[in-house]
Amino acid sequence: MTQYIIRRLIQMIPITLGILTLIFSLIHLIPGDPAVQIAGENARPEDVAQIRKELGLDQPLWKQYVSYLGRLAHGDLGTSFRTGTSVAKEIRERYPATIQLAFGAMLIALVIALPLGIISAIYRNSWIDNVARFFALLGVSMPSFWLGPLLIIAFSIHFTWFPVSGREEGFKSIVLPSLTMGMALAAILTRMIRVSLAEELNQLYVTTAVAKGVSRRKAIFIHALKNALIPVITVLGLQFGSLLTGAIITEQIFSWPGLGRLLIQSITTRDYPQVQASILVIALTYIMINLIADLLYGMVDPRIKYD
Amino acid sequence: MKLRNFTRLVFSNFASSAGAVLTVLMITIALAAPLIAPFDPSVQDTSRRLEGPSREHLLGLDDLGRDVLSRIIYGAQVSLRVGFSVVFLASTIGIALGAIAGYFGGKVDTLVMRVSDILLAFPGILLAIALVAVLGPSLNNVILALSTIGWVGYARLVRGQVLKVREMEFVTAAKALGAKSHRVILRHVLPNVINPVIVMATLGLAGAILAEAALSFLGLGVQPPTPSWGAMLTAGRRYLGLANHLAIYPGIAIMLAVMGLNFLGDGLIDALDPKYRKLMK
Repeated sequence: MTQYIIRRLIQMIPITLGILTLIFSLIHLIPGDPAVQIAGENARPEDVAQIRKELGLDQPLWKQYVSYLGRLAHGDLGTSFRTGTSVAKEIRERYPATIQLAFGAMLIALVIALPLGIISAIYRNSWIDNVARFFALLGVSMPSFWLGPLLIIAFSIHFTWFPVSGREEGFKSIVLPSLTMGMALAAILTRMIRVSLAEELNQLYVTTAVAKGVSRRKAIFIHALKNALIPVITVLGLQFGSLLTGAIITEQIFSWPGLGRLLIQSITTRDYPQVQASILVIALTYIMINLIADLLYGMVDPRIKYD
Repeated sequence: MKLRNFTRLVFSNFASSAGAVLTVLMITIALAAPLIAPFDPSVQDTSRRLEGPSREHLLGLDDLGRDVLSRIIYGAQVSLRVGFSVVFLASTIGIALGAIAGYFGGKVDTLVMRVSDILLAFPGILLAIALVAVLGPSLNNVILALSTIGWVGYARLVRGQVLKVREMEFVTAAKALGAKSHRVILRHVLPNVINPVIVMATLGLAGAILAEAALSFLGLGVQPPTPSWGAMLTAGRRYLGLANHLAIYPGIAIMLAVMGLNFLGDGLIDALDPKYRKLMK
């Protein structure tokens, strides 16, 4: 296991370097002279020169790359064009909001998927199973940027139960964004739990347990469910990463002050250092979470051998 | 497989028949847009902005007084243009690189695989956002960005298949008869790996349409006044409570299109070969 972890961590190095290189080269992809593009067509030459200097664009490419990596190693993500302060500061402020939203989405997904998936597996091909399967289909087909506005129309405008946007009202504020983000995950998990539990219920050990006098409820919830949830945990881990990117859209719908909204705002204002840093942080969090999910999988299922 | 058998297999299942019908319907609507759209999608009647559905304007008018139904009909053109362009570019690049990497192996293979590792480690939509952010928002840049991330799937799929096929006797026979590498790849290897690619392309079309709508929703895609379903939803979000029809109908169009293509893709998997289900993951 330790060997596997070390090997996975070593594998991460070239991938992380690749991602850093990709993000570094973004600014060089700007068509024409990036400094002119950023400053605007009618900018004074000295402003353009200033931007060129700030971005290090007057240096040779390899020097820019080395100094970029050097600054990153010191935790210096750059200075925002818009605010003139460190971009890391803004990211530190916004990061918790995004993580909170991702956890909220995960929680809602579990609250919906667990009972629905379990009932669906126990009463296969009944009307309730059909309802659950229809829900799962709807959940994966509905884009969040449509579901979000629909939820606002229903629960913020029609019923006025939850605020339309923002993060000021605590628990009330997080319900609709989490639901928007978590719905697709809920649908995926419902399907998985249904299939996985149905498979386990057909296993001989469940029949044996019932034959030996264990109640059906106990056989389902203690024996079968435990094994059925193993693949679900992996999917949950892997999907957490996608929740982060899903946050970019959801935060935009609900004006949620997280990293995704910061990214879109900085794109609109052409605040490139902020854009680069936000993308970097989201991408690195994403690959870290995927790594952790991968490792956790081995812990919950001792049958998995690493070689 | 004969075309008739194939069609019968696709239509043997309710979901894939529904998918095929929805997809054909969408393509027809896009192609016949100028004939069936009741109004010009860009003509504004600002005195009637945000007006709800009526007999004259079945789905109402938008924030600039344009007919929503006509814009949804024309929006199908944008969605399909992005979808088909992305699938064409991504699959062409992916098939070529995957075939070369799988057939020749060695350094080319390592390079292609390492680049694809990096692209796969990077969340797709984030990379697309990043590319559009620096290149500037436009229809062509959306296509470029989505193709840049899209080829990886095809390359991996084709490479894996080629690795299997290249060891088969008919390939060895072709080589023994003196066929050149490009002939072996094009005539003998690729026709044998094309089926799963068709399935991936169908599902990829749905993915590209959804991604375009997402980027346009974020203001990074198709620019006004071109009608795009995603961009229409952005406007809809602004007038929630005032004109809900703006947020409802374009979403239905996106959902039906994506659902149709996904159903069709699923049906194709069963019709062509159920073992592809594993490959598509």
